[in-house]
Amino acid sequence: MRKPNPDTPFDSPTPPRERGLLGTLANSAWPILLGIALAAALHYFWPLGPGWLYYKKVVLDVGIAIILAVSLNIVNGMTGQFSLGHAAFLAIGGYTSGIVTYYGSILLWKSTDLHGGVLGPGAWLFVFACLLGALVATAAGYVVGLPSLRLRGDYLAIVTLGFGEILRVVLQQTNPILSPDQLDSSSLKNWLPPPVGGAVGFNGLPTYTTLFWVYVFVALMLVVAFRLKRSSLGRAMISVREDEFAAQAMGVHVARVKVMAFMIAAFFAGLAGGLFAHESGLILRPLDAGFLRSLDYVIMTVLGGRGSISGVVLAATLLTVLPEYLRDFDQYRLIVYSLLLIGMMLLRPQGLFGIHEIWDWRPRWFTRKPQTRSPSNEKRGAA
Amino acid sequence: MPRHVPSASFCVPDQPDWCSQVGAARMFSFGVFFPMGCLFASLLIGCGGGSSGDEICLGHYASLTGAQATFGRSTDNGILLAIEEINAAGGVNGKKVRLITYDDKGDAREAGTAATRLVTRDGVVAVLGEVATSLSLAAAPVCQENGIPMVSPSSTNTKVTQVGDKIFRVCFIDPFQAYACAKFAREHEALKANKAAILYDQASGYSVGLREEFAKSFAKLGGTIVSEQAYTEGDQDFSAQLTAIRASEPDVIFIPGYYTDVGNIAIQTQKLGIATPLLGADGWDSSKLAGIAGKAIEGAYYSNHYSQQDPDPAVQSFISKYKAKHGETPDALAALGYDAARIVCLAIGQAGSTKGDDIAAKLASTKGFPGVTGKISIDADRNAVKPAMMIQMKDGIPTYVTTIQPE
Repeated sequence: MRKPNPDTPFDSPTPPRERGLLGTLANSAWPILLGIALAAALHYFWPLGPGWLYYKKVVLDVGIAIILAVSLNIVNGMTGQFSLGHAAFLAIGGYTSGIVTYYGSILLWKSTDLHGGVLGPGAWLFVFACLLGALVATAAGYVVGLPSLRLRGDYLAIVTLGFGEILRVVLQQTNPILSPDQLDSSSLKNWLPPPVGGAVGFNGLPTYTTLFWVYVFVALMLVVAFRLKRSSLGRAMISVREDEFAAQAMGVHVARVKVMAFMIAAFFAGLAGGLFAHESGLILRPLDAGFLRSLDYVIMTVLGGRGSISGVVLAATLLTVLPEYLRDFDQYRLIVYSLLLIGMMLLRPQGLFGIHEIWDWRPRWFTRKPQTRSPSNEKRGAA
Repeated sequence: MPRHVPSASFCVPDQPDWCSQVGAARMFSFGVFFPMGCLFASLLIGCGGGSSGDEICLGHYASLTGAQATFGRSTDNGILLAIEEINAAGGVNGKKVRLITYDDKGDAREAGTAATRLVTRDGVVAVLGEVATSLSLAAAPVCQENGIPMVSPSSTNTKVTQVGDKIFRVCFIDPFQAYACAKFAREHEALKANKAAILYDQASGYSVGLREEFAKSFAKLGGTIVSEQAYTEGDQDFSAQLTAIRASEPDVIFIPGYYTDVGNIAIQTQKLGIATPLLGADGWDSSKLAGIAGKAIEGAYYSNHYSQQDPDPAVQSFISKYKAKHGETPDALAALGYDAARIVCLAIGQAGSTKGDDIAAKLASTKGFPGVTGKISIDADRNAVKPAMMIQMKDGIPTYVTTIQPE
């Protein structure tokens, strides 16, 4: 790894170039457009042969895990607030979007079958439902973020854990799902609490989750995460993580920063929840709001490294693919998996990449920096 | 939280401004191509599997680890025994049968992935699984969409086979089990119950379903439900619910839970001096029940899929063969796994092909199959119609009492 330049302990010693709102949007737009193109390529060029459906499912799971882990990393890694309730946002997003697509499909098309292809009307209902689920999850993120103003460390972890467990118990008390012919004769009694299946789970949702939509949202997540990390809000989050009091003394609005971190993370977790709920071979259960599901993603962020987006992406991919690789170990699979986890944490206690990104390890010749950097920066600063 | 990270490391040092965009793009291509690379690698590593010329592959997904590991293990043992017997007798249509079992650790996401792998990569001709309803519900659409028949050995919730025409089961369903319990409570000599109380696990779909059906059947048969109390799996203290139940003076207490909780409930019932007989369902069936509850469970009744004391020679020979192979007494899940595997192999043999549609058609026409869990007929809803055994705990041994026939 390169050593930091002692003259410039923090990057960008000059004030950032002024771009204006449109410039900023344009700068975010092209990676997203590229992401959409890649997602479409992935979707349309995916082979059809035997076995490829299985790999497709694993790649779908990887995408969803990336969204969840990277969003959790905004709270746990960047802001340093230890949350154990991330799966609760997933469940909120999943259940909300599930209600919209399931009952929406019945109202619109009289059945829960798929309606149209990857860009058909059904898929747009699904995307709308996912975004709605994400917004509801954001509201929940605001509520959960509030206690983080007074609590830290273990105490905050317990509050967030409690939130997930409460949600799990509440979801167990819900009404059975209404089938299309039951819908007409349903009364208010069937709708309060909502008919989302109770302890059995919310099954029978149309399976709109495709490679295209998952990786479009992965692209969105990654662009937001990288822009955030380099924005003033992101810097403020990192400063809160490093030293809350020092950050406050420097004028960082700690309360706002913490709540924002929770809300952004909850938005994307809710979005991933929508994808999760509509995936084939899955059933959304109250257990998905609970502690064990949250822990899956906490492990990914810890393994990836605090605040390292590429590290968390790598960890999410590894930890989703690894259990599938290890299937041949039969019932010893989880023992092998746990041993590998312990080994990785012993070798890299700071996470795979620590606080760095993967390209910090690129060879020197790969960058054009040392020679061209100073003059160009001066020019920019002057402009 | 521990702070291992050196201070003054706000961000990656030495990065010029343009890195943010280039980073995002590079990152994205990484996020897409890395998983793809992994998958290509696994394609090369993965064994061919599949139902090749001289063998027929059956798939099984089960909770071999996790909270319900004993269920999955028993079922798998039962299936293995059945397949060993079938192979010893020459296989199916002259081909050996091979079982591929994957663990789902009791997680719905893993159950779906395991089923997808079995169906689309390993090329199994039929899938067996799961015990828990929600896991069967996760995997069933995968089998249905790919046209591979799935037979659940022991998911009793009605929803499972409603997924589609390729989904079957070899156990009875919750409404029948609840009916059997209600009928037994109303009519058995020692009970003749007019008033029943229910103590159910609100976190389990299985328990909630049985509670509703039992309440319906019991009322239909002329009884009254005097109290309904809830607990959550893993609770330790049931005294509040039991005191409330005692105050309602029931003739029988119906507890549709799993054996771990039931053991604790029985002990606390005894401590509170409640002499009302306890009644339960197939979730009680475990050799560990007597160990947990001891004397407190004496005299309690439950419904089950089969009885170890059934004098039928087929049952007794199954039990002795199972003991010889796996070194323990088979529980109902093992017996159901055994029956499920035999029914599937019989259907494949009769169909004479390994096409999903042909096997499903033969499965649907199963009538009077002589299983160790009773005569099994598949009805129009692809559920098994079969009797339930009522069992009583006597001296720590589950003892056969009577059989309740389907309506």
